[in-house]
Amino acid sequence: MTPHDLVILGAGPAGMAAAITAAKYGIRPVVIDEQPTPGGQIYRSVESTPILDPKVLGEDYWDGKSLVEALRDGTIDYRPGTSVWQLTPQRKIGSLQGDSVSMLHARYVILATGAMERPFPIPGWTLPGVMTAGSAQILLKSSGVIPESPVVLAGSGPLLLLLAVQYLRAGVPIAALLETTSRGQYRQALPWLPKALRNLATLTKGLGLINELRQSGVRHVRNVSALHAEGDSSLNRVSWQCEGSREWQQLETSNLLLHQGVVPNTQMTRALGCHHNWDSRQLAWHPRRDDWLVTDIENIAVAGDSGGIIGAAASALEGRLAGLGAAIALGNINNSDASIRSEEKKVRRQLDKETSVRPFLDILYRPAAKWRLPINDTIVCRCEEVRAGEIREIAAMGCQGPNQAKSFTRCGMGPCQGRMCGLTVSEILSDANQQSMEETGYYRLRPPLKPITLGQLAKASENKK
Amino acid sequence: MFTRLLLPETSGEKQVTLIFEGRKLSAREGDSLAAALLANGLTACRTTPVSGSPRAPYCMMGVCFECLMDVEGIPNVQACQVPVHDGMKVRRQQGARSLDS
Repeated sequence: MTPHDLVILGAGPAGMAAAITAAKYGIRPVVIDEQPTPGGQIYRSVESTPILDPKVLGEDYWDGKSLVEALRDGTIDYRPGTSVWQLTPQRKIGSLQGDSVSMLHARYVILATGAMERPFPIPGWTLPGVMTAGSAQILLKSSGVIPESPVVLAGSGPLLLLLAVQYLRAGVPIAALLETTSRGQYRQALPWLPKALRNLATLTKGLGLINELRQSGVRHVRNVSALHAEGDSSLNRVSWQCEGSREWQQLETSNLLLHQGVVPNTQMTRALGCHHNWDSRQLAWHPRRDDWLVTDIENIAVAGDSGGIIGAAASALEGRLAGLGAAIALGNINNSDASIRSEEKKVRRQLDKETSVRPFLDILYRPAAKWRLPINDTIVCRCEEVRAGEIREIAAMGCQGPNQAKSFTRCGMGPCQGRMCGLTVSEILSDANQQSMEETGYYRLRPPLKPITLGQLAKASENKK
Repeated sequence: MFTRLLLPETSGEKQVTLIFEGRKLSAREGDSLAAALLANGLTACRTTPVSGSPRAPYCMMGVCFECLMDVEGIPNVQACQVPVHDGMKVRRQQGARSLDS
């Protein structure tokens, strides 16, 4: 196997920017991405969306076009529709495109696997009709598919507000927006506002969204403190309580869209065995990285939201930094060169400015404990249908960590491999055992990271001969 | 339940036909299978192996594995990750995949 110089996993803002930067320094990077078209989730379908009125999705979405065009200019080996089922610390990559398996070897790897939505375990969240706000936005961007009857949006965070505004602009009726951000959070976030002002552009855009929502007159319920999705074989209604009131309110609907922020998709770095720190501000695991975004494992770097949530613009900047780091490590450029040093400084300065808004947003939209530690009857592991109460029971029996919890309950052992329950299970155990998240730990993950049949695997070894 | 936004400038787009459990459904070229089925009014795409409860696509980006379906006779396919094509045959997946398929 002749090694490729650089393989990048993910074609969102970080992955595309890393590839474009590396290509500028004479590297021909391979970019592997699961989606059929480039852009990641944020710029999903930017080349092909049926929503052509630029006002509906907003200018930040259309900004992704320049990265996508640069990715497509022929200097980059872009492989769409390809999933990665294995990555080893020796940088051997097993990928699957359709039915065809291939094994690659890379001298340097940049992981740009992005973010996923934080699990939002409420009673009834497994009912058909309940989806995430992110999934609804993907349906809107990629296919112009929208809820048929007035929809309920619930939770917190910028994406929830953005989707509400995009729906309003597209003429999609919204029954209600239920916000779970509590009053106290505005006060807690306030000390971070002066720093956030360094990225005034992002703050102004956010305020614009909130203003647009207010002017639309859409029903906006604040301080929601309990939330249930109800129905037999699919969603029929949403009921909720507000802070300071015992009364339950209800709305009949067949579509509920949930969202409470995004967290790094750490499936790859976990499978590699990288060290992860618990970030108590973002309430998420971050792979440990050095100044050049390289993990504990030699020549494997992480750029963008998969290293910690920073948003699309900052992710593209981290991608540039990672691309520069790869070109230095591969010997294509020399970091004692004045022009390289000045490029590095410029990117770091922009990154610093772009991310200055983060602490404010993290604290403002940080989901409260009740939204992360659900009541006993709530399903936490959707695949194996394990409820929060079962996790608490085994903690009382002495179960300390999530890997032991697997053998007790099968939680995290279904097809999603813990993606949807990993954070919740660790947080419930940490809370029940009164021990830190670091002590509690996370699921050990093993390949295959994506479904692959024995037949396909067998073909991989035939291909090698 | 989902539907398609009425859009003014999309008349030039290609339509494809997929076969859902023997029934013909139309989709837009470029749709993921999950999006096409939701747009056609599908509520559940599988039942769970544990309790047999119905499930529908949840994340649309390949992380939740709720949209596992039988596509062209191959079980456990993530419907949100596969683009539709003309004549594509798809069935709901009931419980766990069977060993002989």
